[in-house]
Amino acid sequence: MSAEVHGAILVAEQFDDFEQQKSADAFGMWLFLVTEVLFFGGLFCGYCLYRNVYPEAWAAGSHLLKVQYGAFYTALLICSSLTMALGVRASQLRLKTSLTVYLVLTWIMGAAFVYIKLRYEWYGDYLEGLVPGPHFAPHGENLELINHFHALLPHVSLFFIFYFCMTGLHALHMVVGVGLLTALLILTQQGKTTRGNYNWVEIVGLYWHFVDIVWIFLFPLLYLIGGRYV
Amino acid sequence: MSTVAVEAPSLPEVHYLNADYGWRSWLFTTDHKRIAWLYLISITVMFAIGGLSATLIRLNLIEPSGLLFEPATYNKLFTAHGLVMIFFFLTQSIPTVLGNFLIPIMIGARDVAFPKLNLLSWYIYVIGALVFVLSLISGGVDTGWTLYTPLSTTYANTNVLSATMGIFIAGFSSILTGLNFMVTIHKMRAPGMTWFRLPLFIWAMYATSVIFVLAMPVIAITLALIALERVWHVGIFDPGLGGDPILFQHLFWFFGHPEVYILILPSMGVISELVAAGCRKRIFGYSFVAFSSVAIAAISFMVWGHHMFLTGQSVYAGLVFSALSFAVAIPSAVKVFNWTATMHKASVSYDTPMLYAIGFIGLFTIGGLTGLFLASMGADVHLHDTYFVIAHFHYVMVGGAIMGYLGGLHLWWPKMTGKMYPEAWARFACLLIFAGFNLTFGPQFILGYVGMPRRYAVYPAEFQVLNVMSSAGASILALGYLIPLIYFAWSAFRGPIAGPNPWGAKGLEWTIASPPPTHNFEVTPIVTEEAYAYEPEAAHVG
Amino acid sequence: MSEHVHVHPKLFYVKVFLALIVLTTITTAVAYVDLGIFNTVVALVIAVCKASLVVLFFMHLKEQTGMTRVVIIAAALWLSVLIVITLSDRFTRHWFPSNGPWEASAVTAPQSQ
Repeated sequence: MSAEVHGAILVAEQFDDFEQQKSADAFGMWLFLVTEVLFFGGLFCGYCLYRNVYPEAWAAGSHLLKVQYGAFYTALLICSSLTMALGVRASQLRLKTSLTVYLVLTWIMGAAFVYIKLRYEWYGDYLEGLVPGPHFAPHGENLELINHFHALLPHVSLFFIFYFCMTGLHALHMVVGVGLLTALLILTQQGKTTRGNYNWVEIVGLYWHFVDIVWIFLFPLLYLIGGRYV
Repeated sequence: MSTVAVEAPSLPEVHYLNADYGWRSWLFTTDHKRIAWLYLISITVMFAIGGLSATLIRLNLIEPSGLLFEPATYNKLFTAHGLVMIFFFLTQSIPTVLGNFLIPIMIGARDVAFPKLNLLSWYIYVIGALVFVLSLISGGVDTGWTLYTPLSTTYANTNVLSATMGIFIAGFSSILTGLNFMVTIHKMRAPGMTWFRLPLFIWAMYATSVIFVLAMPVIAITLALIALERVWHVGIFDPGLGGDPILFQHLFWFFGHPEVYILILPSMGVISELVAAGCRKRIFGYSFVAFSSVAIAAISFMVWGHHMFLTGQSVYAGLVFSALSFAVAIPSAVKVFNWTATMHKASVSYDTPMLYAIGFIGLFTIGGLTGLFLASMGADVHLHDTYFVIAHFHYVMVGGAIMGYLGGLHLWWPKMTGKMYPEAWARFACLLIFAGFNLTFGPQFILGYVGMPRRYAVYPAEFQVLNVMSSAGASILALGYLIPLIYFAWSAFRGPIAGPNPWGAKGLEWTIASPPPTHNFEVTPIVTEEAYAYEPEAAHVG
Repeated sequence: MSEHVHVHPKLFYVKVFLALIVLTTITTAVAYVDLGIFNTVVALVIAVCKASLVVLFFMHLKEQTGMTRVVIIAAALWLSVLIVITLSDRFTRHWFPSNGPWEASAVTAPQSQ
């Protein structure tokens, strides 16, 4: 496919110039993020409904999660957003080494998020019998906590469905994000992202920040319900 | 119809159809016009499947005891008919065929914003359609197209999982198409092509794309939840485990109602073009029609509860939904009034595209008005889940959307192929479709009013006459659909050459060759005139 | 050709990052204090603040055209329509008193001749 070259930037043939291409790419990504808001939104809708119908079960379920994990993930993702933003900046300034460093750091944090979540938090939930479905069987301290809130087990199971669905969908998006970063790293190695065409890094950045924002809401909604003063 | 050219028109030497040969040039194309053809062929195949199920339904209903099928099989037939027609034919029809072909040309661009994404959209659609067809072949689904829980999640022993996965996949095709169109319309208009110089088809497609972007993700997550519950029995919608089946319906219809506006808005956009071209006159009240598309898109998101009046939904919420449903009829009515005002004192041609437009205006009005009956809670108590509902939505979706699609295909066929279809056969087919359609669905209003429920394989004997009339009409309708299939195919190869502007119509698409070159415009056009800038004299002849 | 894109100094982003960390600390700490219903309110307000910081500064919304703002507002608005109306159904079901289950009318149906 032929493309015009404007000062070493490749402009795709359907666009008149780089400005139009960059503008279109960014707008396209923003629209995609809108679809993502509505995609997660269905889960948020169900969450809101059931939280209002079964507040005690939601509070109990939230207490069964470990705040340390939640807070750690939040801090990790905010940090990764910083490195991502710095990466976009490096791409704007055509600094290939800096960009590579920031992309690698973001990549590591994203991968760490997914790994720790699956290997430690989810596996721990599984061992404690908190996976909803036929094997949902909280015991010991967890069961006492549920009784303390006067919650019913099926409703707490429902909480955990939303917990696993929402964090699972989020984790899936993180994996996609890590994949996008891998692609960016390859392109950066080839020098294709530091010729003035920072649009690719920018739109991956938009996606990454969006996934961070989803977590910013998931953290209080899942981990901090009903306060932790009990 | 007056011709514009003095000498016989000829085909351009190089155009998008002959620019490149071989299956690779089609399956790996990024040309929006070729992608439109890829969609045209795929959705016609799906239409045949949906049409086959409709044929079997109408055959079965000739006898009160059900001529051919047990209820269990009949359930699979109407579910297949609904799912295929909505998710694999109508949703795509105008947007992916006419929209893909025309949007870049009408705004003066060389292609859409993301051509490769456009091709990916088609592949995603095909994969979704294949998954779905496989689920049909291996037994089908029997839950009704609305997939209500807990039937679909817990009790149905049919292929709910694979069917929902097919729809889930195809949904992403639509999301990406909508996104692509929105960016294209925002960012790639030619110099001078301001928003209020755009053809009304573009306004309608823009509004449709907004709905794609906002509504389709919700059905995606809802289908994922059905799948989740079906596989792991976790109880999101299962009352026995504390779940709420009505939550499913809220989520489904939040998508479901805007979806039906996805189906009708593009058709309304086409009608604006057909009326303008057929009357050689600027559409009366251009800005009203443009804004009405946006208004319909916006309000359509706030009326979904009118599908749920009888579910135990809050009466207060029902009141609000009912009132807003009345409100959403207003912009639709605005369009109808503006189209008829355009035709007033205009030199109206009775070529096939205009015939379809006139048919649309009448049939859509009936469909829309009967929708208002259903939007009144009191009437809906009696009409819900009866054939009245079926008649209503077929009047808007077939009498409306499909007539618009066919009218648009006829208007732009010469542009797409460079050849003209046979006018006499086309008019005949149009009249056949009109007659067959009314005979099929007119009696269904009466059937619903006197109490025949929908989705029933058998019915009381006193309803037989109306059912037989309906089935007879269906056979005429089927014939009416077959005829264009034949003459369109014939005309693509043997039809007379049409030339750049056989209709003498206004619009950027008519300024380029038929068929257009791959990049549409040799030089990016600079737009200086309003849309539909016909000479004032031509509008008032005779 | 040179673009006129405004490039922020690194410190700018670090400041936003620190603000986000502070807000995260606050929201976690507040969760350990009993504020009744306001726990949820405070948590959501802080979440919205954090999201705004990310959108405005990391995602450069401050420098974007109006169309992007419209897009974001539309997304938030449509999501709230979904959630608010769905919840309003559930929680207004008892506003209209009913006479109990549907009962057959006291008037008998006319005998068919």
